[in-house]
Amino acid sequence: MEGQLTAELGHFALLLALMIAAVQAVVPLIGAQRDVAPWIAVARPAAFGQFLMVAVAFAALMRAFLISDFSVSAVYQSSHSQMFWLYKLTGTWGNHEGSLLLWILILSGFGAAVAAFGTNLPPALQARVLAVQAMIGVGFLSFIVFTSNPLARVIPVPPEGLGLNPLLQDPGLAFHPPFLYLGYVGFSMAFSFAVAALIEGRVDPAWARWVRPWTLAAWCFLTIGITGGSWWSYYELGWGGFWFWDPVENASFMPWLAGTALLHSAIVVERRDTLKSWTVLLAILTFSLSLLGTFIVRSGVLTSVHAFATDPARGMFILGFLIVVIGGSLTLYALRAPALKSGGLFAPISREGALVLNNLLLATACASVLLGTLYPLLLDALTGDKVTVGPPFFDATFGPLMVPLLAAVTVGPMLPWKRADLMGAAQRLRFVFIAAVLVGFVTWIFTTGMSWPAAVGIVLSVWLVVGSLVPLAERVKLFSVPFTESLQRAAGMPRSVWGMVMAHAGLGFVLLGITVLLTWQTELGTVLKPGQSASLNGYTFTFEGAGNVRGPNYTAVRGVFSVTRDGRPVTTLAPETRSYVGSAMTTTEASIRPVWFGDLYAAIGESDGAGGFAARFYFKPFVQWIWLGAMVMVAGGFVSLSDRRHRVGAPARRGAPAGGKIRTEASAAE
Amino acid sequence: MTRKRQRMIYVVAGMVALGFATGLVLFSLGDNLVFFYSPTDVLQKGAPANRTFRIGGLVEMGSVEHVAADQVRFVVTDTANTMKVSYQGVLPSLFREGQGVVAEGRVDAAGVFVAQQVLAKHDETYMPPEVVDALKKSGEWRGN
Repeated sequence: MEGQLTAELGHFALLLALMIAAVQAVVPLIGAQRDVAPWIAVARPAAFGQFLMVAVAFAALMRAFLISDFSVSAVYQSSHSQMFWLYKLTGTWGNHEGSLLLWILILSGFGAAVAAFGTNLPPALQARVLAVQAMIGVGFLSFIVFTSNPLARVIPVPPEGLGLNPLLQDPGLAFHPPFLYLGYVGFSMAFSFAVAALIEGRVDPAWARWVRPWTLAAWCFLTIGITGGSWWSYYELGWGGFWFWDPVENASFMPWLAGTALLHSAIVVERRDTLKSWTVLLAILTFSLSLLGTFIVRSGVLTSVHAFATDPARGMFILGFLIVVIGGSLTLYALRAPALKSGGLFAPISREGALVLNNLLLATACASVLLGTLYPLLLDALTGDKVTVGPPFFDATFGPLMVPLLAAVTVGPMLPWKRADLMGAAQRLRFVFIAAVLVGFVTWIFTTGMSWPAAVGIVLSVWLVVGSLVPLAERVKLFSVPFTESLQRAAGMPRSVWGMVMAHAGLGFVLLGITVLLTWQTELGTVLKPGQSASLNGYTFTFEGAGNVRGPNYTAVRGVFSVTRDGRPVTTLAPETRSYVGSAMTTTEASIRPVWFGDLYAAIGESDGAGGFAARFYFKPFVQWIWLGAMVMVAGGFVSLSDRRHRVGAPARRGAPAGGKIRTEASAAE
Repeated sequence: MTRKRQRMIYVVAGMVALGFATGLVLFSLGDNLVFFYSPTDVLQKGAPANRTFRIGGLVEMGSVEHVAADQVRFVVTDTANTMKVSYQGVLPSLFREGQGVVAEGRVDAAGVFVAQQVLAKHDETYMPPEVVDALKKSGEWRGN
């Protein structure tokens, strides 16, 4: 009985949150325009209140899931009393309504964080940021309250739930949405700051320093989310792919590309007080792509291998919201951006020039992914033809655009601000270049089956990993001063430099993993009876037999394969096919074992009715490097975030013509 | 370096990047579009020769035939017309008779659709939008 009360309490809190958000969206904005201090002061408590109310609603929903209160429709639709408790808990966001509530929880959480940690922001700017943040909140809260209420009741109360989609009953996917949303929604901060700056008509280095940590944090979370999703599809879908260029994946990848560009252009605004209107535009576009991603995933307008059942009517609401947000912010941009004064000039060959190149290539790559993703929609609307744009398109467009970008990643940090000497940088990088080409050449000689794109990939990844260490080595004066002094210098180096080095090197690891995997992976599909064996890449897989096993809410067929190499036992693989209680679905649980230089991967399929089972084996060389490399990038992001100059709330706006003094101080620090 | 010159460099660099990308896009879009056909479309327009395409509809009841453990034949129907499909590989776990399916591949000399891939779905109630449209066209769609 008290469970029922909790759901109503949550519903009530949700309505309150909507009202608070509505007030927060209007009053502080007017206050900031008219300079009315008490109205401005509404912003912070409203942000806290909105977050608190959404948190109460979320907690109520979570409780309903945990105690399997099937009178709540979301719980009935996507939970089951026999499920493992962790999946009951994560089932909270394993459905449309709950995942939107999580979205709004994170949105209001970011708002509350600005209210709490942004104490050194000018009150008017803070009020405007919180008002813009609340406008997005009003949109999504009314969406939830009017069309997708997670706490709606089912009467009469069903005795048992319909069960959570079995694919979601997995640790990888259970925690994938929260990270993805922390990233997606985190970019709303950059958006709110950009719109607030446009309203205020002022963008300066201090603004960039306030925006950067939020963007960086969102970027880190989005990277974790995308990596987790890629890892999940590798082990759960049973054929060992890590990326499919699927609309749902592209939906998260586009904001990542734009966000990466934003991180870099914000550096130019911060350090050189230029590239301002571009950065503001990029902030708007990044969040717009996040919204577009939410729309693509939630509406199901595009055929996707990752598709879940969706409701087009709900998609229409998000589409409308998307048009209002993008249209509104771009109109504001068109009106106000020309007023933003540009700061320092720079030569094309300079640190700024390199960062512009980064932005240019990332934005173009993002546009080509966007085109490939939306092309089926366009063509359907124009001609009625149904098409799919497959991986070959993305490989052929995205790949070539990445080559110059990756080559430039190593050079950019070697160039000084304002104007630089490309020959000098080439001089300092010549050993890296020789090493990269040498490694590529040696690989070419000692392996078979290498194509020229693979050779480019290997050379570029060495170029990236070793090259990103060069600025580090130069800063600590490695080999030119005693080693202990180098260590001291390394300890005193700004963490943002460490972060950059890690992020760039991590990118090199990712590239190396992808190149080696795509060039040398091998696979074998066959039918085996117990006692029979198959060989792949020097490993022999012997089928020991299959049997039934029982889990908490599923039964599974588990095949056991012993793996040997040159007669010596290596490991035992035990892939499963699971059938879930209360669901027509089965899932493939691949069995994966890391060995030297790669993964052994086995999946079991259906029985042929005569004692044999379909089985697939893969050897996946270097595949773990993809995710480990991505985690190194994330670690770099967090290290950079811990830099005292980037810490949330650390920077303060100084005297009017910013730039000058701060810049010299910052340059001295690096 | 004047402001005007700097702006010109931006513009030129932007044009170069966009031009490069447009070239790549046009070059690869023509070859890499995968068209969707229903069995009726194949009958009326003919199957595209030497080209991968997608076929979608319902798996006809009683048509699934396991030739070997990893070799399967089935019939895709949009209830007006049908198409024979053969596929070698592990079927996605949600493959069922009477349910929607999308397969990618090409037609062989005997007129059988040889699928390279049968698309996985993540949800038992999910129906690919193209299949819904194909069924609506043949007047067999019973949903909304």
